[in-house]
Amino acid sequence: MKRALLLLAATMLATPALGQTIAITGGTVAIGDGSQPIEGGTVVIANGRIVAAGRGVAVPAGAQVVDATGKWIAAGMVSAPTDLSLVDSEGVRESSDVRARETPFNAAIDVSVAVNPNSIKIANERVLGVTRAIITPSAATSIFAGQGAVIDLAADAEAVTRPRAFQFVELGEDGGSNAGGTRPAAYAMLRDAFAQAQDYRRNPAGFDGRGKDALLKRADAEALLKVLDGTMPMVVHVERASDIRTVLSLPRDYPRLKLVLVGAAEGWMVAREIAAARVPVIASALADLPASFEQVAATESNVGRMRAAGVQVALASIGASGGDHVLRQFAGNLVAITKVPGHTGLDWGQAFAAITSGPAEAMGMGADFGSLRAGRRADVVLWDGDPLELSSQPVAVWIDGVAQPMRSRQTDLRDRYLTPTEGALPKAYEHH
Amino acid sequence: MRIRRAGGVLAVTLALAACSASADRPKSASAKAPPQPYSRDPYPSTYRAYPGVPTLLRNVTVFDGEGGRIENGQVLFADGKVVAIGQTVDAPAGATVIDGQGKFVTPGVVDIHSHLGDYPSPGVQAHSDGNEATAPVTAEVWAEHSVWPQDPGFSRALANGGVTTLQILPGSANLMGGRSVVLKNVYARTMQGMKFPGAPYGLKMACGENPKRVYGGKGRIPSTRMGNVAVDRQTWAKASAYKRKWDKYEKDGGDMPDRDIAMDTLRGVLSGEILIQNHCYRADEMAIVLDMAAEFGYKVTAFHHAVEAYKIADLLKARGTCAAVWADWYGFKMESYDGIGENLAILEKTGACGMIHSDDANGIQRLNQEVAKVLSSARHSGVQISDEAAWKWLSLGPATALGIADRTGSLKPGKMADVVLWNGNPFSVYTRPEKVWVDGALLYDANDPKRRPVSDFELGQPGSGDVK
Repeated sequence: MKRALLLLAATMLATPALGQTIAITGGTVAIGDGSQPIEGGTVVIANGRIVAAGRGVAVPAGAQVVDATGKWIAAGMVSAPTDLSLVDSEGVRESSDVRARETPFNAAIDVSVAVNPNSIKIANERVLGVTRAIITPSAATSIFAGQGAVIDLAADAEAVTRPRAFQFVELGEDGGSNAGGTRPAAYAMLRDAFAQAQDYRRNPAGFDGRGKDALLKRADAEALLKVLDGTMPMVVHVERASDIRTVLSLPRDYPRLKLVLVGAAEGWMVAREIAAARVPVIASALADLPASFEQVAATESNVGRMRAAGVQVALASIGASGGDHVLRQFAGNLVAITKVPGHTGLDWGQAFAAITSGPAEAMGMGADFGSLRAGRRADVVLWDGDPLELSSQPVAVWIDGVAQPMRSRQTDLRDRYLTPTEGALPKAYEHH
Repeated sequence: MRIRRAGGVLAVTLALAACSASADRPKSASAKAPPQPYSRDPYPSTYRAYPGVPTLLRNVTVFDGEGGRIENGQVLFADGKVVAIGQTVDAPAGATVIDGQGKFVTPGVVDIHSHLGDYPSPGVQAHSDGNEATAPVTAEVWAEHSVWPQDPGFSRALANGGVTTLQILPGSANLMGGRSVVLKNVYARTMQGMKFPGAPYGLKMACGENPKRVYGGKGRIPSTRMGNVAVDRQTWAKASAYKRKWDKYEKDGGDMPDRDIAMDTLRGVLSGEILIQNHCYRADEMAIVLDMAAEFGYKVTAFHHAVEAYKIADLLKARGTCAAVWADWYGFKMESYDGIGENLAILEKTGACGMIHSDDANGIQRLNQEVAKVLSSARHSGVQISDEAAWKWLSLGPATALGIADRTGSLKPGKMADVVLWNGNPFSVYTRPEKVWVDGALLYDANDPKRRPVSDFELGQPGSGDVK
């Protein structure tokens, strides 16, 4: 029995499938690029990538055909920013690689080394439609949290799509607190760190980054050079309108910075400036409370108003207590408010793009994943209805073109306890 | 309470009669001072329903909150009360008539677990009023003494969530965290002005990780789960003695025993006047708490955050204890590791009492959607629950567990006209409240910015009066 299971698992993992051509036909296609859903469409996958998606797409000879009649064929959700794969349970400190409380390092921290594709949340979220994630450390002793990564949620060992994909920086209330107590201290820390990184570039041998009292370690300085050169996006968490303005002014002194904003609860108040600066935003979708003094003007219309002003906006999975997949509920709510007088929401295509291609575009990786446009990684979810509607559930998931198992620890628990009373043997004997 | 006091007086008279028959009793016994019971309601509600007009909602789909559904139905309310619901009802001349083609009408949402007011927005340290985390037993504190009636969160719960009644609880740092208070979701200048008239108090208890972490971290008991139960049992034993003393005094009079404000609350639990609202995640711990309740003679009305309730749904059913749960929260702490989206569905399937709750200033704005997620998980697991039956998890269930189901929680004639008109099926993600009435008064109208409450805190700030 056990051997049979192992064999089954081995077959599943070993199936290369990368070369396999799959045609998912006759469903409503949600590409995830902002376009509206296309009824009666087909999606063709080959070599782990999307070949074509839409109406009138021919099924290649020899393709495995999946009938999607009555279903939706949609881009997989992309969760950002998240700690998926870095922690088993947030409240269990021993299980967490999210926040290094006592390290002397900051910008050098690289979460890609800690990615654990066997963390139960990966499978739990995968079967609920999340296929890729933009994972980030949290800042503790500095405004610099370190370098985040892009991962997939496939049931295999190769989880990291791109390590060291961005530097995460706190420049609002949290940044002030980490820098010693104030926003000005945070900016002093930022400017000094950038100056030191430039010192390091000019004269690496003369750089005092190993001393006990060094404010910046060599490894941190080196990591920041990529930020200064714009080869690594600098993802900045700020909420307040004035903080957003201050961040947008940084390129005057550091012209190659590739900025991305996260949070931005008051973004709507400075939407035109964000749009003019061409800075993408990964915004909290439903933050509508003055949860802090930096979010006094928070409203669910924030995303819609920014989008209407021309800002490139994706939805953040911040606050998704039910798991990263709750992103689709966030997106659905932004469609809902379009019916409420005075609110500005998103149309369906925009809302769905905000949880698929949106985060990928914000990271400059929209050509690689996040939508069903030709050439993208084939991260596809087959839903039994509208993916934003709460009554729908995924029935199949492909990541990089590989069909994924549809079981998780949560489905195992459910099956064990669907009838809670014990049978002939204790519950511990009910398993696959 | 008045009835109870009358009984006490009668009992004293009988006791005196018995004494007079016994000649050798000391004379002082007949000179006993009459009992002076302490007030059970020293901070009384001053809530008054706001004016409304007789209103007929017609052409709507009605979930009556008791499991019933009427297509193309009508709901009439007047003088703050539900008057009639049905396919057609007789409306008085001059009633405001609202045609709700394509829209749904439900009872207002009741949230049994909220910290609005005692952990208000903005969440600054100065507003941290929910946990008296200085001792593991603080049954003497009352959440109502922390409630800030200007919390902007109340307005969001009303406008986005259709919440008309909510229980504010102390936090879960303590084993016995203090009394809860039930509020109508209507802004007032004082807490008393929001207080649900006549609602029983609750006692917040907590088991599991939080108390042992908080006090273990301070180097004192409890630092373990067994420590949690030990402190609880010691306290219940004391409370039993206190109750005996005070029961006797309130019956017989004589010298008034010392007052202990914490013990007043526990005595109220033991005599069934105060309801136990028990934060508890793990199935095995809930089973222990149920036995502890039996040991000391009280009832656990509801377990809150009962992430593992599904594992013991049969036991909860047998003991008549409810579970108030999230739809899908899991994994954020060790004791929530086994959370599944079918929790509430398995409770329902087993015949146990379940309901949804928020514990969250954002979650309270979407409890209808949380139930929709449960329905989706249920149906995909082969558990069929109708939409109209599921509405019980949002209003009648929590109203029952708060002891106010005779006044709100469903659209039964005579109950408070706490009513939501939704602009579509409330179990769709695309639906929002269009109008919300509390006691028949229109307190939110999506079409009228003047019927959108703005708390003092938000007044004059950026975004004041904006849609939220």
